[in-house]
Amino acid sequence: MSVAVDPYEGPVVLGDDPSLGPGVQIDYPGYRSTRWRVPKRPLQTLPEELMALDGPVFGESAIDELDNDLTRQHEGEPLGERITVSGRVLDEDGRPLRGTLVEIWQANAAGRYRHEVDQHPAPLDPNFSGAGRCLTDDEGRYHFTTIKPGSYPWRNHPNAWRPNHIHFSLFGRLFEQRLVTQMYFPGDPLFPYDPIFNSVRDPEARKLLIARFDLPTTVPEWSLAYEWDIVLGRARRGTTPVEQQ
Amino acid sequence: MSLPTTPSQTVGPFYSIGLCRREDNELDPDGIELRGTLYDGQGERVPDGMIEVWDAAARVWGRCGTSEEAGSYHFRVPRDAAVLEVFVFSRGMLRHERTRIYLREGEDEVWRSLDDSQRERLLARREGDALVFDIRMQGDDATVFFEH
Repeated sequence: MSVAVDPYEGPVVLGDDPSLGPGVQIDYPGYRSTRWRVPKRPLQTLPEELMALDGPVFGESAIDELDNDLTRQHEGEPLGERITVSGRVLDEDGRPLRGTLVEIWQANAAGRYRHEVDQHPAPLDPNFSGAGRCLTDDEGRYHFTTIKPGSYPWRNHPNAWRPNHIHFSLFGRLFEQRLVTQMYFPGDPLFPYDPIFNSVRDPEARKLLIARFDLPTTVPEWSLAYEWDIVLGRARRGTTPVEQQ
Repeated sequence: MSLPTTPSQTVGPFYSIGLCRREDNELDPDGIELRGTLYDGQGERVPDGMIEVWDAAARVWGRCGTSEEAGSYHFRVPRDAAVLEVFVFSRGMLRHERTRIYLREGEDEVWRSLDDSQRERLLARREGDALVFDIRMQGDDATVFFEH
């Protein structure tokens, strides 16, 4: 007699599967919260013209001064390691996407978000909100000054800690180029243990989420620099939900 | 040349810090109210979800985080809008899902491709002066989601 195995009681991090390509496995059991939030029925297809729709366009009015400098939004400076994060936003053909709205949010240097639901007992920083936005320039470039976010526990499984990361949200030219993702820092020792990072099953694709330390663009005596290019496209789903019941 | 696309990751529970700094839920200030609730597969209200809608015909866009108390969202949308393109985000969703909200019986190719039960699950209902559309991620009455 076979015993039904509950995949959500299985390993936190599944093995690599390069066949899934750059897609994320949306029903990834190691990330427990996926269980009740992922569609289980087959998805319907849309005609090509709805896959190729233009998306919303945001102009300068979407941006306030200092929106791209998270270290200057308060009276004093935030605590933490000052960094710049910049890069290009491209389409799959390598063309720069100009005028793209890039929004970021992150924990402070102690690993605490300025959000009432975040109960991690690490200090809030009165000089850090942790939110920024900018539009890409004619070469598709974005640029932020911020501080390096801390790691924090998140209770997905015993002693679960998130690798340091900055959340990114982007609108491309097409509606279907919408992307919400997270940027990680090179060499993080938590990578092998994080189910969100490993929900991208192809190890080569996971590298696409990791910024590059960039010595030439550091500001001497001031800030370290990370470079991270982002490619917006359509084929991002690593698995298709299967019919259940 | 075809570059590999950057993978998606979840918005997580604290997206409102970065994405809900402005009120973005009035596509048309004089429009009709569209509201609803986001439910998970256990029928629980999702308090950390986010809905984005795009009226491609009028080229107006909006987004709204679901409320922490009730998992509800609300927009003001153009009175003559026929259908909205919709993305659903939440903690626990590693990538956003795509659906559509029909504000009245559809006449388009997608509507014609659906059966009656699917149409029912994509059509907003009238409640007084408002339109109501609940989004259910799973279950027998789950919202219809589209490949994207």
